[in-house]
Amino acid sequence: MFGLNRSDTLLLIFVALLTMLAPFFLNPFPEGSSLAQFNGGYPDLMQRFVIFGIFAIGFNILFGLTGYLSFGHAAFLGIGSYAAIWMMKLLTMNVIPAIILSVIVAGVFSLFVGYISLRRSGIYFSILTLAFAQMSYALAYSVLTPITGGETGLQPKLSDPRILDTMLGGGGDATRANLFGLEMGKSWQMDWNGWVFTFNTGYYVAAVVMLIAFYLSIRIFRSPFGLMLRAIKTNQNRLNYTGVNTKPYTLAAFVISGMYAGLAGGLLVAMDTQVGPERMFWTASGEVVLMTILGGVGTLIGPVLGAGLIKYMENILSKINEGLLETWFAFMPDTAGDVVVTVLALFTGKGWHLTLGLIFMLVVVFLPGGLVGGLVQGGRRMFRSRDGKATRETKSNQTPPTSTPAE
Amino acid sequence: MAILQVRNVSKRFGGLQALNDVNLSVEEGTVHAIIGPNGAGKSTLLNCFVGRLIPDTGTVMFDGKSLLGIKPHEINQIGVSRVFQTPEIFGDLSLLENVMIPTFAHRDGAFKVNWWNRADRESDIQDHAEEILQEIGLYEKRHEIADAMSRGDKRRLEMAMCLSQDPKLLLLDEPTAGMSRADTNATIDLLKRLGETRGLTKVIIEHDMHVVFSLASYISVLAQGTVIAGNTPELIKGDPKVKEAYLGTEAE
Ligand SMILES: Nc1ncnc2c1ncn2[C@@H]1O[C@H](COP(=O)(O)OP(=O)(O)OP(=O)(O)O)[C@@H](O)[C@H]1O
Ligand SMILES: [Mg+2]
Repeated sequence: MFGLNRSDTLLLIFVALLTMLAPFFLNPFPEGSSLAQFNGGYPDLMQRFVIFGIFAIGFNILFGLTGYLSFGHAAFLGIGSYAAIWMMKLLTMNVIPAIILSVIVAGVFSLFVGYISLRRSGIYFSILTLAFAQMSYALAYSVLTPITGGETGLQPKLSDPRILDTMLGGGGDATRANLFGLEMGKSWQMDWNGWVFTFNTGYYVAAVVMLIAFYLSIRIFRSPFGLMLRAIKTNQNRLNYTGVNTKPYTLAAFVISGMYAGLAGGLLVAMDTQVGPERMFWTASGEVVLMTILGGVGTLIGPVLGAGLIKYMENILSKINEGLLETWFAFMPDTAGDVVVTVLALFTGKGWHLTLGLIFMLVVVFLPGGLVGGLVQGGRRMFRSRDGKATRETKSNQTPPTSTPAE
Repeated sequence: MAILQVRNVSKRFGGLQALNDVNLSVEEGTVHAIIGPNGAGKSTLLNCFVGRLIPDTGTVMFDGKSLLGIKPHEINQIGVSRVFQTPEIFGDLSLLENVMIPTFAHRDGAFKVNWWNRADRESDIQDHAEEILQEIGLYEKRHEIADAMSRGDKRRLEMAMCLSQDPKLLLLDEPTAGMSRADTNATIDLLKRLGETRGLTKVIIEHDMHVVFSLASYISVLAQGTVIAGNTPELIKGDPKVKEAYLGTEAE
């Protein structure tokens, strides 16, 4: 279906179900219960799941396929956001033109950055991209203040021109992002025996965009173009002596992933109409690297899972403060409770990065293929132990696992 | 007609004169062997043909075009393929993919963003690659990962990759090194067959004299960067200078 093979089609359907039903299974705990704070099914977080999913999917097209590790992709995210907000200020609060412009602007900027950075490979390439991103951050913070709003950033104001909106005499709140009148911030809730599920317009818009982005990335992975990119990762030298000009291939991959980042940046603004320079800070560039590695470099769905996991921890784990821990462990004897709370407090709240670091270390050491690699391996081992004999016998004539990137 | 003409090529690495005023011409449709002791400069000479090195002086003409100053991929695109001394393959990919990639490069040129089609649905590419793997005897292993192959299979794979491009000139740097006797003989047969069916010109570097004398129609002997002899196999066999070059190094 959709020009994909069976397993890719199933994967796409799985991801589609996952995103469409997210409001349900991300809120597994009834409202008001003590576990309700672990619910991730509120609009702001769900939007982040899919938007950073897009960011990581795009990053994986560069890093996962060609092996070029960029440490500056947040620059494209940020540029996309600035482009989107200017479109909203000048033309219309409709998100479509904003998102289109953010993709184009990020694409052009990544063409420039890629052209220069790709003159080097390995660590030098990474450092060059990092340098570009930090320069962009510094520029947005200071020199370019008239365009970027400096430290405070930008958001739509009532006094903005919004030429198209004014011409059409748009109704509703003039500074709310919308899709042809459908407000992004609009949510409706469903009550069911104490459970509350929230359905948000913005989330569904972003989720549909993410599904399209995911589908396109599958097409790229399975195409001759994707095959060339994977060949670059394994042996760029051989590819050159094979008659392939590898430079434009890496540049194309760089620009595509830059455009994905721009798309994510545009969507962030579409959901929450504001942007500041911190979006380009190097930690944001590092985060997408972590997401991709955590989920599984070069796998299709890994980056999406990695993005989800990190965003969940960032938003949920960081909410658990000492006071909360104390109420949880109030049943313990005083000193024991204090010890437990003190230790756990290190890993929660502001210390959530510590937990992330631990998980990251465990994954990198024990699951070199990331979460997806681990799942695939585990699945294969189970499959083998169940009917190991049969598989061994038919090994020569079944289609064995090729190098095709796993789920 | 000479398809490859090497005139006065010299190359220096610091204090080492790796190539010293080398002259060669390779006739179309022949097998030209280059032999010589270790470190004679044989691989260095091939490097000058494929754009890995640029000689300090001299010219290299292929099919009337200069090979100097153009990029490796451009040299390949005009019909020169090379098998390296240490196998250069796509280690993480399957054998089939390894052969499909050069086939794509041959069909689509040096750069083409073909991102919408499915690589495994490009049936002409797939069929061609499978045919080549069949011919070289790796068809059964086509779905295995290249890195898992034996050294001999890697070499054969690399040969398959080059052949899939239907080159005019095939450069082979010790193609049978690391192969068993049986595989070596199979390779000799394969290279002979290729000569007949495709009319392919080959330059082959080889230490195994059995391979050299089974295949070569002309032999150049290189020692310390200099061509000390160039002649038909029969005449090379009896040449005292050649014996000396080999004996000289063996005595060391
Ligand atoms: N890139 C390089 N830089 C410096 N020296 C080099 C380089 N490439 C080759 N050499 C030197 O040039 C000489 C010739 O090397 P080359 O690899 O051409 O020999 P060869 O005839 O292929 O030998 P073998 O039979 O061992 O493969 C050697 O002394 C080698 O160390
Ligand atoms: Mg050599």
